[in-house]
Amino acid sequence: MARIAGIDLPKNKRGEIGLTYIYGIGRASAQKILKEAGIDLNKKVQEWDDDELTKIRVSINESFKVEGALRSETQLNIKRLMDIGCYRGIRHRLGLPVRGQRTKNNCRTRKGKRKTVANKKKVTK
Amino acid sequence: MSRSLKKGPYIDIKLDSKVSQMNDNRKKTVIKTWSRRSMISPEFVGHTFAVHNGNKFVPVYVTENMVGHKLGEFSPTRTFRGHSGGKDKGSK
Repeated sequence: MARIAGIDLPKNKRGEIGLTYIYGIGRASAQKILKEAGIDLNKKVQEWDDDELTKIRVSINESFKVEGALRSETQLNIKRLMDIGCYRGIRHRLGLPVRGQRTKNNCRTRKGKRKTVANKKKVTK
Repeated sequence: MSRSLKKGPYIDIKLDSKVSQMNDNRKKTVIKTWSRRSMISPEFVGHTFAVHNGNKFVPVYVTENMVGHKLGEFSPTRTFRGHSGGKDKGSK
């Protein structure tokens, strides 16, 4: 089993896809890594030998920020915004969309599940 | 879309000159300003600005972290106190 950056990669997937299970690596960077290591994109994860694995590990270590380090960096950036009390920080604090989207409806990803208000007056036509 | 780097940061000329004057005289007074669109430059650090939000002037003390933001970002123009009956989710 291939284990990179503390993540078990799925065995039966193509290398290009398997690498995207690491947080911080998508299709584009997966392709870049494999190209650098000189591995065919279509080679399955279980077919990699130790030599290729170390090559992949090295290139990830060198040029990518992944998993915990990346997550904490993002969190720090958000925390900075909240600490200086700017508009974006306030929106983060309130759990509302940050980039000027409408909030009359939608925005469910940020606002969470709908909270129905009891006895809300219906508009009579 | 962000501003072209070629142009450099936008700072109101009058505001900039006021700040540099204060820096020369080593004085610190509150600067009243309507120029919410001005970028906070490193020279602004440590000063207090009273930034207009359309209704009144909000005092903004500039720290190092704020450099690169606009003054208006720290002076909210809208008041929202939450919906009636809604639970207090985020407290400002």
